[in-house]
Amino acid sequence: MDIVSFRRGLKDGVPIGLGYFAVSFTFGMMAVSGGMSTWQAALISLTNLTSAGQFAGLDIILASGSYWEMALTQLIINLRYCLMSFSLAQKLRRDVPWAHRFVVAFGVTDEIFGVSASQEGKISPWYNYGAMCVAIPGWTLGTIAGGISGNLLPAFMVSALSVAIYGMFLAVIIPTAKKNRTVLGVVIGAMAVSSLFAVVPVLKKVSSGFVIIITTVVVAGIAALICPVKEEENAHES
Amino acid sequence: MSHNIYVYILVMAGVTYLIRMLPLVLFRREITSPFVKSFLYYVPYACLAAMTFPAILFSTASVISAVVGFAVALIAAYKEKSLLTVALCACAAVFVAERILEIVA
Repeated sequence: MDIVSFRRGLKDGVPIGLGYFAVSFTFGMMAVSGGMSTWQAALISLTNLTSAGQFAGLDIILASGSYWEMALTQLIINLRYCLMSFSLAQKLRRDVPWAHRFVVAFGVTDEIFGVSASQEGKISPWYNYGAMCVAIPGWTLGTIAGGISGNLLPAFMVSALSVAIYGMFLAVIIPTAKKNRTVLGVVIGAMAVSSLFAVVPVLKKVSSGFVIIITTVVVAGIAALICPVKEEENAHES
Repeated sequence: MSHNIYVYILVMAGVTYLIRMLPLVLFRREITSPFVKSFLYYVPYACLAAMTFPAILFSTASVISAVVGFAVALIAAYKEKSLLTVALCACAAVFVAERILEIVA
């Protein structure tokens, strides 16, 4: 066990866990108001650990959609984790035993990936375990709290809490965008492309999961073609 | 609900885990291609940016309060505040903006 990495993971996991609590609170609330029990909602959060996928999955369950539709929707919305896992596979120390990869994989979320990608050099799986030890309880307990008390919470609180997850995303991307012009271009480009999907009539029909995948592949691909990351630069910033 | 909820949960969790697990477990070689390396380096930024905007604009009760929250989050993130600080600043900004909108309207 690598105590130093684990502690650092725990510390970086605290804001993630608190942010998750706020977001999953909304999930618990919506699931229970749709007719699910609090424990079923908590089981979804504990086993899925993903925001967009769960909200989409909830819609399908409540609409009694087919299992195929569920599988396909999860595949599309969560395909970004595939890209993140590829990236993380490179970031993990080479000497990490195989079995650890199965456990680290469970905790590949936007935020945990974000903090582990921002670590310097290679990382130990224990860093991810530390972050997961805070993030998973935060996400699950938030769902339970939302399920139990959500309907008691005034609408203005819900509205304010809904913005939390986006604040966290911005906190991950903006500091690097400030220092690296290409990353700034990637951020602005991705926002512009996903906005196109929200306003152009034909593109509007594309589901939100696909929008994220298409935008990510196109923008990151163009950036990699035009401005490949130089070795020394990569070592400094990733 | 005619379908079994636990089957739904199993399908959701199974698909999601496989997506996360397969690349990590199957892909252990060091990538040498500068293009692929650069692509993977840019992926998180493109992905998180695409998920944030324009979705953030429709996350709250009104677009105006969302814009205020977005602006405050940008400023806090630019000042390199922690994840939690940025998130809470955004929530507080939305809350204050909506109270002001109530008074004005």
